[in-house]
Amino acid sequence: MKELTYVRATDAAEAVAAVAADPDARFLAAGTNLVDHLKLGVATPGTVVDVSRLPLAEVEPLDGGGVRIGTNVRNTDLAVHPLVRHGFPAVSRALLAGASGQIRNQATTGGNLLQRTRCVYFQDVTTPCNKREPGSGCSAIGGFGRYDAILGASEACVATHPSDLAVALAALEARVVVLGPDGERRVPMTELHRLPGHHPERDTTLAHGELVTHVELTGSDLALRSTYVKVRDRASYAFALVSVAAGLELDGDGEDAVVRDVRLAWGGVAHKPWRATAAEDVLRGRPLDAAAVREAVDAETRDATTTTENAYKPAMLRGATTAALAALAGRDLA
Amino acid sequence: MTATPIRARSMGTHLTRLDGHEKVTGRATYAAEHGFTLPERPLHAWLVTSTIPRGRVERVDASDALAHRGVVTVVDHTSARRLAKPDDAELAVLQDDAIAFRGQIVAVVLAETIEAAREGARLVRVHQTPADSAPQVVIEDGEPYTPEAANAGHEPDVVQGDVDAALARAAVTVDATYTTPHEFNNPMEPHAVTATWDGDTLTLWDSTQSVHGVAAVLGRALGLARGKTRVLAPYVGGGFGSKGLPHAPEMAAALAAFAADGRPVQLAVTRQQMFALTGYRTQTESRVRLGAEPDGRLVAITHDALSQTSRYKEFVEQTATAARMMYAADARSTTHRVVPLDVAVPAWMRAPGEMPGMYAHEVAMDELAVACGVDPVDLRVRNEPEVEPETGNPFNERRLVECLQRGADRFGWADRDPEPGSRLVGDWRVGLGMASATYPALFMPGNTARIRALGDQRYAVDIGAVDIGTGARTVLTQIAADALGVEPGRIELSLGDTALPKATVAGGSAGTSSWGTAIVLAAQQLRADHGDDPDAGVESSSTSEGYPDMENLALHSFGAVFVEARVHRWTGEVRVPRMLGVYSVGRVINPTTARSQLLGGLVMGLSGALFEDGYRDPRHGHVVTQDLATYHVASHADVGDLQVEWLDEEDTAATPMGSRGIGEIGIVGTAAAVANATFHATGTRVRALPVTADHFLG
Repeated sequence: MKELTYVRATDAAEAVAAVAADPDARFLAAGTNLVDHLKLGVATPGTVVDVSRLPLAEVEPLDGGGVRIGTNVRNTDLAVHPLVRHGFPAVSRALLAGASGQIRNQATTGGNLLQRTRCVYFQDVTTPCNKREPGSGCSAIGGFGRYDAILGASEACVATHPSDLAVALAALEARVVVLGPDGERRVPMTELHRLPGHHPERDTTLAHGELVTHVELTGSDLALRSTYVKVRDRASYAFALVSVAAGLELDGDGEDAVVRDVRLAWGGVAHKPWRATAAEDVLRGRPLDAAAVREAVDAETRDATTTTENAYKPAMLRGATTAALAALAGRDLA
Repeated sequence: MTATPIRARSMGTHLTRLDGHEKVTGRATYAAEHGFTLPERPLHAWLVTSTIPRGRVERVDASDALAHRGVVTVVDHTSARRLAKPDDAELAVLQDDAIAFRGQIVAVVLAETIEAAREGARLVRVHQTPADSAPQVVIEDGEPYTPEAANAGHEPDVVQGDVDAALARAAVTVDATYTTPHEFNNPMEPHAVTATWDGDTLTLWDSTQSVHGVAAVLGRALGLARGKTRVLAPYVGGGFGSKGLPHAPEMAAALAAFAADGRPVQLAVTRQQMFALTGYRTQTESRVRLGAEPDGRLVAITHDALSQTSRYKEFVEQTATAARMMYAADARSTTHRVVPLDVAVPAWMRAPGEMPGMYAHEVAMDELAVACGVDPVDLRVRNEPEVEPETGNPFNERRLVECLQRGADRFGWADRDPEPGSRLVGDWRVGLGMASATYPALFMPGNTARIRALGDQRYAVDIGAVDIGTGARTVLTQIAADALGVEPGRIELSLGDTALPKATVAGGSAGTSSWGTAIVLAAQQLRADHGDDPDAGVESSSTSEGYPDMENLALHSFGAVFVEARVHRWTGEVRVPRMLGVYSVGRVINPTTARSQLLGGLVMGLSGALFEDGYRDPRHGHVVTQDLATYHVASHADVGDLQVEWLDEEDTAATPMGSRGIGEIGIVGTAAAVANATFHATGTRVRALPVTADHFLG
């Protein structure tokens, strides 16, 4: 790996200043993704600023059942935190569906959101990749495409975002607290990541030097009745083929129950966690049954672009979304 | 002299793995770690590999690399030592400018630290010129030919009877094509080597399944005199065939060390590099045709196997050979065709031939069972041959039917509703499937063991075998103890070193059989030479050239695998909560290590059934699923209630220990049993491995 300067930050503002001033600097959290990239030559920063020891590792209650999560809270600690398990089960389940026990013990909240795609070409420096090397081309188009995006992709990039946590946070309308050289701002989770367009090298809307310090969640009945379904060939330690984070509020009971409100976000389908608002609109006010779910998913995937490699994804989304909503409704939707 | 059967006293008991403590406490020293034990600090080597599939190296520009702190030298095809015999193209590393596949070694960087070596490799600029004609890298691109022989010397084509006529007359037929993808051995310990030259003597600490094999092959290629190549492998972290023969990295390390000015060199191959440089199982395509009477009795079997090899060196997977001996049928045809490509050469991977071949054959048998309305277990029982179909030789200990029946009893097969898709538990469609397993009882001649009396009924037993994690160190100690009639604690076994007597590869499930027979023979020689209470210092050694009567007996192991598969009705996900394997493998010498081998085989078979898939990019020419995050093997969560058992037997026709090999049979048939269970769960027949979730979406 390229030789680099290692700086251990003792203060968030100092870390932000150090990275903002140096275009060749990167934040380092737990390193579960960046260190791999350093070894593979995917990332070659001149300086890494280690933020993993900043005192941002608390989960604090907010009024109304919300939580404020420090960026350095480890995935395992967040998943098992009572406030999260009780108030935001989709978040807890998404975390536990990710990676392995060892990686979850190490990986941080902010790092999880900012991890990069696992597209095989992005990680292979011998192949063209616009995300790694802008303008070099996209090898995934016409190549190994089983994990490729079906929504919002561009001719420059068909990569998917790998985070499970981000999908759950997108469904539950979390806000990301960001510290930059000019102070703090809040970014809705659905606006943290971006679609690739002509600039797939940019995963997020953050400016260079902006540091995620916290994630905030507001408590709600939707969040209380939420879940996460991840579909994968291997039972553990695999990225999602597709995933669904869902929150549900029903009016009435049993088969006559009508959807009062619903939140849906999908993973494994786009360059960002995909908030399925068109699907939500179809479901709202409807009795919850298999036909309604199918119609909802079809509305959201109407513009999906697939190849023979990932043509299975719309059907898998129908199934996974049905399974998630059935679990929340507590009954069979077949 | 031929060995005579020995009485089991330690054999059959759970002797604790003798090197377990060293391994779990980190004291066992593996190949890449030996550099640290040497008086002179080693240099670290890093491989630079080609990024085009076919062409020439115009120039290796190492200027930036050499300017990097810590980089000592860069060896390329202009500077590497010339081989005396570069006839094995895989081992002709850095001998000329030809690029035969993407990922080929084109330079080696030597540096003071591993980080500097890796960065040096990144900084080397290799100027490559693609060949004029387009490279052919996927099987659809090439033209198949008929090889002279398949792996292990098998005839490519064998025909018995009039297959076409028999198929035309058959009441029931199955005609289907089954495929398996490129699969990669992926032992836990990547290939690694520490190499050092002392004058004209080369010493390697290698991660290998055969120290004598590596020494012979490398020594010959390098033109070293006999005895001038020493190879040691005290501990090896798995091989699965990929360490059976030396590959390019070992030669690269030897050549790099020659350029290291007397310093040792250590090289650890990265996981990504293993996908191009250390062998793999080629993809296979099997067309299987079965013709049967209405009751399922076979009248014709055909198995036409297609695989791919490299243009620079041939390897032919013997996919169709199991169909030559498995079931009775008057008419039978088996063929092998192979397509040469500009790709890395395939090699041995656990049960080459039997794994993909029995997958195809046993799924076809499941299809025949459905077509005939016959229970899959009964179908196999009805097709038991009286003698080995290909040779007409009598079987010794063909106990497949007992394996099938015992497995069926243990697994609750009788309660299975034959109707596919008939059972739903919660959101999961539940199915049961089964398949037969087989593996030949191979024996390798030319093993020598030496036994020296140490006095007080203690003995030093020397043989240049290798324990690759199987437990060979432990079971050979048990064999020696029983052969000498002493407790295992009185045996001091030495292995893993070419300074010890010659031994064959830990492969073909033949290690214990072949080495053990040599040890038994040496023990019997010692008793003949020196009596029951020999003086300290006396020794005998013996070479076993043969034991079993392979000319006149058909020696095979058998098994039956039963699987419960669950397929999620919404997501298509496949999970396997229960597997059972029942085996007839002769005497089990150590139930602890044997159980582990068989369990491991089943897990690897499960992994091949559901996950493993090496995707070679048709434009770039290399496998892009080249790490364990994208090339999936079974995780702990995928392995449920996994059981193995074996029939109580001793087969003294196979070895004087009464044992047969167990290293590979666990992977054979397992993928078929899983695939058959998913069919039973869903009614959807998937004929291409791996059987993934997308096949089962509504």
